Amino acid sequence: MSAAASADRVGLVFVSHSAKIAEGLVELARQMAPSVRLVAAGGTNTGGIGTSFEQISDGITAANSGVGVVILCDLGSAVLTAETARDFLEDAEQNQVRIVDAPLVEGGVAAAVAAEIGGDLDAVVAAAQSALHSASSATPTTEPFAPVGVSRTVILVNKDGLHARPAAEFVKLASTFSVPITVNGTDASSLLSIMSLGLARGSSVQLSSTDPSAGPAITALAELLESGFGEE
Amino acid sequence: MTLNDQPNSALADAAPRLDAAWTVRWIRRSAEVLAANRAALNTLDREIGDGDHGENMDRGFQAVLPKLDALAEGTTPGAVLKLVATTLISTVGGAAGPLYGTAFLKAAGAVGAAESVDAAALVVLLTAARDGIVLRGKAEEGDKTMIDAWTPAVNAASSAQAAGSAVGTVLLAAADAAADGAQATEPLVARKGRASYLGERAIGHRDPGSQSTLLLLRAAADVLATA
Ligand SMILES: Nc1ncnc2c1ncn2[C@@H]1O[C@H](COP(=O)(O)OP(=O)(O)OP(=O)(O)O)[C@@H](O)[C@H]1O
Ligand SMILES: [Mg+2]
Repeated sequence: MSAAASADRVGLVFVSHSAKIAEGLVELARQMAPSVRLVAAGGTNTGGIGTSFEQISDGITAANSGVGVVILCDLGSAVLTAETARDFLEDAEQNQVRIVDAPLVEGGVAAAVAAEIGGDLDAVVAAAQSALHSASSATPTTEPFAPVGVSRTVILVNKDGLHARPAAEFVKLASTFSVPITVNGTDASSLLSIMSLGLARGSSVQLSSTDPSAGPAITALAELLESGFGEE
Repeated sequence: MTLNDQPNSALADAAPRLDAAWTVRWIRRSAEVLAANRAALNTLDREIGDGDHGENMDRGFQAVLPKLDALAEGTTPGAVLKLVATTLISTVGGAAGPLYGTAFLKAAGAVGAAESVDAAALVVLLTAARDGIVLRGKAEEGDKTMIDAWTPAVNAASSAQAAGSAVGTVLLAAADAAADGAQATEPLVARKGRASYLGERAIGHRDPGSQSTLLLLRAAADVLATA
């Protein structure tokens, strides 16, 4: 990660009672967000289980490249300590720091990917929060669909399939349309839902909308999938 | 002369006020009492939490002690409270850190640069402390948290002061009400903090934070009575 690469990206701080959880999550998220500033703030100052005001405060500073920081927390005092740390910042910096109450791992990965593709604070917060809803809606289904409205099926051609960066690009484009669109029955604007479909190269992807005016949106998304996302 | 062996300034005049020396003695006494109750608070927290409340409180208040020694003479109650706040926030490591830390910080803000605190200002101080905990933790009365000790304490202090009581009586009223409040958490189901994961199994156990609140307020009253 170079400083230049992270310069315009929202940074993330992962707050956990356990140093290992926070560090593990940084590792996990870094795979999909190599140019985002990801900071682990886990455990107490003395390496015990708990949360540390200093680690969170220092983490905010380390994660902020100028466009803000999103903090994700695990249980209880993690949120309380993070809020306290934010309160101690200057007013201008406080506005750049958001604390999200979302599942740490799923929300953290979704937020990291949103930051990687250049999402602003709102977009990164929304991505993290999408993890709150995706747990139930993400169940991949193999049932045939009987869509009303508009539908189109595409075969994935790129190496990684609809995962990681391609999934993020896809979701980013899908989020720009106001019509509801589904991918094999799952919400096209939810990164975690899309990723948990596990669509690999060669998979067939059905883009559908119940809204008859969704034609252009579906065409644009189909073209993105067919373009192979610049991968071989 | 250190702050600790000053004459009993709080009781010296007819309408006693709480000054910086009293504040320092209160915090020292609190540290002693929390150290002595470390195991008991851990036990309460083991029943309905993660068993570390005594450890957390003891660590925080022990960390304050050396800083009290370093306080300049001519300090104010507000400055002492602020020192306690920042130390607890950075050393406690559990929910009690940001909660009590915010309480002491708001209490410090409420008394400002005043050299001493009379009964009316004491009520303002206690109210600000309680409001700080609510601001931070969003707990309501009946959620089985330290708020169940704080809110009755603030109400009792306020009534005592309105009835014309001096600071000592106001502190006693607060401590007695906190004791009742702590006891009243026993039959409750927790709606905040770790104990909220336990549901009905929290019934029959006292909330550890309400007990530490009682200990702190009792120490405040005792220090004035015995100084
Ligand atoms: N949201 C809250 N509002 C008010 N008091 C709370 C809240 N959450 C917890 N508490 C109080 O904090 C006490 C527990 O403090 P303790 O120091 O043991 O933190 P903890 O719960 O172990 O922290 P952590 O969340 O890091 O595990 C509880 O007994 C309760 O009185
Ligand atoms: Mg605990």
